[in-house]
Amino acid sequence: MEAVILEYIRNEYLEDDDEDTELDENTPLISSGIVDSFSMVSLKRFLEKKYNITIPDEEASAEAFDTVRNIVSVVKKHQGGE
Amino acid sequence: MAYPGSLRESFEAQLNSIRDQGLYKEERFIHSPQSANIRVEFPAGAALRSVVNLCANNYLGLSSHTEVIEAAHKALEERGYGLSSVRFICGTQDIHRELEKGLSEFLDTEDTILFPSCMDANAGVFEAILGPEDVIISDRLVHASIVDGIRLCKALTDTYKHSNMQHLEQKLEEHRDKRVRMIVTDGVFSMDGDLAPLDQICDLAAKHDALVFLDDSHASGFIGKTGRGTPEHFGVKGKIDVITTTLGKALGGASGGCVSGRRELVELCRQRARPYLFSNTMAPPLVAGALKVLEILNRSTERRDRLEENTKFWRKGLTDAGFVIKQGESPIVPVMLFNAKLSQDFARNLYDEGVYVIGFFFPVVPQGQARIRTQLSADHDVSMLERALEAFKKVGDNFGILGLDKKGIVAKFGM
Repeated sequence: MEAVILEYIRNEYLEDDDEDTELDENTPLISSGIVDSFSMVSLKRFLEKKYNITIPDEEASAEAFDTVRNIVSVVKKHQGGE
Repeated sequence: MAYPGSLRESFEAQLNSIRDQGLYKEERFIHSPQSANIRVEFPAGAALRSVVNLCANNYLGLSSHTEVIEAAHKALEERGYGLSSVRFICGTQDIHRELEKGLSEFLDTEDTILFPSCMDANAGVFEAILGPEDVIISDRLVHASIVDGIRLCKALTDTYKHSNMQHLEQKLEEHRDKRVRMIVTDGVFSMDGDLAPLDQICDLAAKHDALVFLDDSHASGFIGKTGRGTPEHFGVKGKIDVITTTLGKALGGASGGCVSGRRELVELCRQRARPYLFSNTMAPPLVAGALKVLEILNRSTERRDRLEENTKFWRKGLTDAGFVIKQGESPIVPVMLFNAKLSQDFARNLYDEGVYVIGFFFPVVPQGQARIRTQLSADHDVSMLERALEAFKKVGDNFGILGLDKKGIVAKFGM
């Protein structure tokens, strides 16, 4: 799941010629400015569609979405898993 | 009176943190009218220095133009200093409506509404015309005032990669279930000086039944053959649904802004836009000054032509000297230094050499993209620009960056 989300973030948020930004599951996304608050909408929509879940708006906070690791735990929670 | 010491300390700590991050903004006191050459007191208390000004938005050199000043004086005598009212109570003089009509003609739109500033225009326009059933799809580098305006609006928000038309089209398709899809872009982006591909944006808007919103603050008056802005440059005049722009940059530089575009959208702003409804009207001297500016620009393209020449001279001069600049054609010419501290040191040394510029770094520009933003004016003459170029070369040489590319500069100074 980490790899799929990382790939989405790379394609959706990094410029095509961006060679400088390093991205892994612990990279801060929102506090570092890679993902801004407006753009978070598309990430949330992607997760909901891909994993067939609904994430309430109040859970899609800047903190909950700040790293891929955090995002994975939000998704798993709504999948009824861990 | 409930301002205990602990609270004071907490605010002081915030200020200190701003200082520690190197983000503390200090004003520099200018003792002359706005011009290509100004007298500056910096730091506070220091002796005045006469410096070449390369950081004003005074693109057409109209901020201190004799005719504009005379027109403002005349209005001051005939129409007074202020109106002590919002527009719809008793704050609309005939000249306000005249200026709105003049701007509609200038921008080739159906109607125009004035705001105290373009910041206010952008803050008010989205909420006035869009609702929860709509989506705003904005370029990721739009101006902060647009970001604030979008935040105040109940429409869904989404963004596309900077000037990336494939990505924009993907977003238009994704949101086809929405009542209104509004594409939002700047005409000229203020930090990079590049132009949005408005012709392609208009094609996509037509194909996907979307509206186009354009903030042309860094273009109105000088981009395009007769200075009508980016729509003229790309041959899409009359096709933009909403244009916001400012009177605070090329168009006289005092203050004031507007929303211009489709008649009904402008009318909705007159009924609902909060900065219009709850903020004072523009003062008569400013309105008369702006009217004079439009008259000057309708009369001749001489100033925008001179600005174009100055821009070419400056871009070529910097490139030949071995600086890395953002390529383009606008009079916003960023000199890339990449490292934040270098950008500050460079600006300080330029000031010592008689050139006034500002270094920008994160979060104003992306991490590792620190730069000096230079801005040309029709008021610059060749001798001033030559002097400024010599100063840039001298400082650049002292830092050993002339002829280095991005990799070279980063290797020397870090990101």
